[in-house]
Amino acid sequence: MNKEELKIRLGELFPAAAFEEGGEWTTVTIDAAEWEGFAREIRWAEGLAFDYLFCVTAVDWRTHFTMVYHLTSTLHRHTLVVKVKLDHEQPVIRTVSDIWRTAEFHEREAFDLMGVVFTGHPDLRRLFMTDDWKGWPLRKDYEDPVNMIKL
Amino acid sequence: MIEEVGTTEQGDLVINVGPQHPSTHGVLHLVITLNGETIKKVEPHLGYIHRSIEKMCESLSYRQFIYVTSRMDYLSSHINNHGCALCVEKGMQIEVPARAKVIRVLMDELTRLASHQLWWGAMAMDVGALTPFFHAFRERETINDIMEETCGARLTMNYMVPGGVMADIHPNFQKRVKEFLQFFRTKIDEYDELVTGNIIFCSRMKGIGYLSPESAVSYGCTGPTARGSGISCDIRKLYPYEVYGELQFDEVTVAEGDCFARYMVRMQEMRQSLSIIEQLIDNIPEGEFQAKTKAVLKLPKGEFYSRVETARGEFGVYIISEGATTPYRIKFRSPGFSNLSALDHMARGHKIGDLVAIMGTLDLVIPDIDR
Repeated sequence: MNKEELKIRLGELFPAAAFEEGGEWTTVTIDAAEWEGFAREIRWAEGLAFDYLFCVTAVDWRTHFTMVYHLTSTLHRHTLVVKVKLDHEQPVIRTVSDIWRTAEFHEREAFDLMGVVFTGHPDLRRLFMTDDWKGWPLRKDYEDPVNMIKL
Repeated sequence: MIEEVGTTEQGDLVINVGPQHPSTHGVLHLVITLNGETIKKVEPHLGYIHRSIEKMCESLSYRQFIYVTSRMDYLSSHINNHGCALCVEKGMQIEVPARAKVIRVLMDELTRLASHQLWWGAMAMDVGALTPFFHAFRERETINDIMEETCGARLTMNYMVPGGVMADIHPNFQKRVKEFLQFFRTKIDEYDELVTGNIIFCSRMKGIGYLSPESAVSYGCTGPTARGSGISCDIRKLYPYEVYGELQFDEVTVAEGDCFARYMVRMQEMRQSLSIIEQLIDNIPEGEFQAKTKAVLKLPKGEFYSRVETARGEFGVYIISEGATTPYRIKFRSPGFSNLSALDHMARGHKIGDLVAIMGTLDLVIPDIDR
């Protein structure tokens, strides 16, 4: 499916989905509550079949967090970018590691560095930092007088 | 190096491999649960070389951050730089001169060759053959010398910059690459004679570490790891960048999905890289090696994603820009990270000795995983 067809198809399936203009790929923003159902639908629905999750990014916008999921279908070769907005005080989102196995590591990374909590994750622990590390290093308000050199 | 930790309630043995272990090729720490010699679970512990490159990049300009990326996958440093340069060029809409495009592809393929050579030597060493390592390093040295002459460095080249390449190729470059091609053509057959047909080697590789095509996609595996399971995922073919679309080369896929299949993919990829270099080395267009760009780069507000094929798989650069001289957020999708996540799945049920072979065919580079 091309960009427009994908947009129409997803709009039919999820009327609440908001699309972003411009950009290389179809970009859709959905609610955190809808994410699990949305993920299952795009993974298994005929004609969509997004089976390859290639990038998971957490972005700190100071007022809120955004989880960005880049997906491709190895069958249809179309790409989709899904964005989920999360609360800044309590960033919680449903895990998708049962749908795409690669998400298990990527979500642990987002938890470790951004402090996003993934409910239902099988093994949500620190990945890069030590277990007793305080704070979430990739957040914009993170301060570390020892390890960070300000220029 | 291997130290007993304890036993679980079921009587299984839990051991640590690494972080300082020759077979992990870096500082990777694996906690392995064993029943006798059979692996029940492999749990990678990462972060021994984590430098938070993504955070560092947030305070570096668009020219500076590329240098840091050489330190991620240091065996594919050209290709990492290339991915970043492409992403900045996409944002700035810089048109790269034809000469630079060809030089970039040549460098990428030389890097891929050097990386696969090192992998081949280390892989064979992992399964007990020490000689191939010296063979591989002898040939790799030639590539390093070529790199040194043109880029001024042997490992972290930092040769690709937004707009083209840092400097023009050295006058000796074409001559030396051609000499290398001729030299390596004979050597690669020697590689096959030395290792590929070896009965001990084959029996350690065939049927070990099976990865089904479905799992390969689900675990986000790319590069030779996924192509060894028959998945077509070569970015050079699927989303051609630079001059890859105009070149004659095959995407190598082998359907078996075991260690030997991944081994064969890389061996054939070396031949494909040789053929790409051969096609380009006499056809470097004349002209500028770098487009004219502003001294200070400012990406417009927005999001940019570029993907390139490193020796390990798909490398993605995701830049979120707020219109400043530094990126607001940058994300590197490193191939090794996703490939490693499949290790547990592949190793379960095999013997502990096979784990070394499986890790060898994943071609892990730890700084690429830890970033």
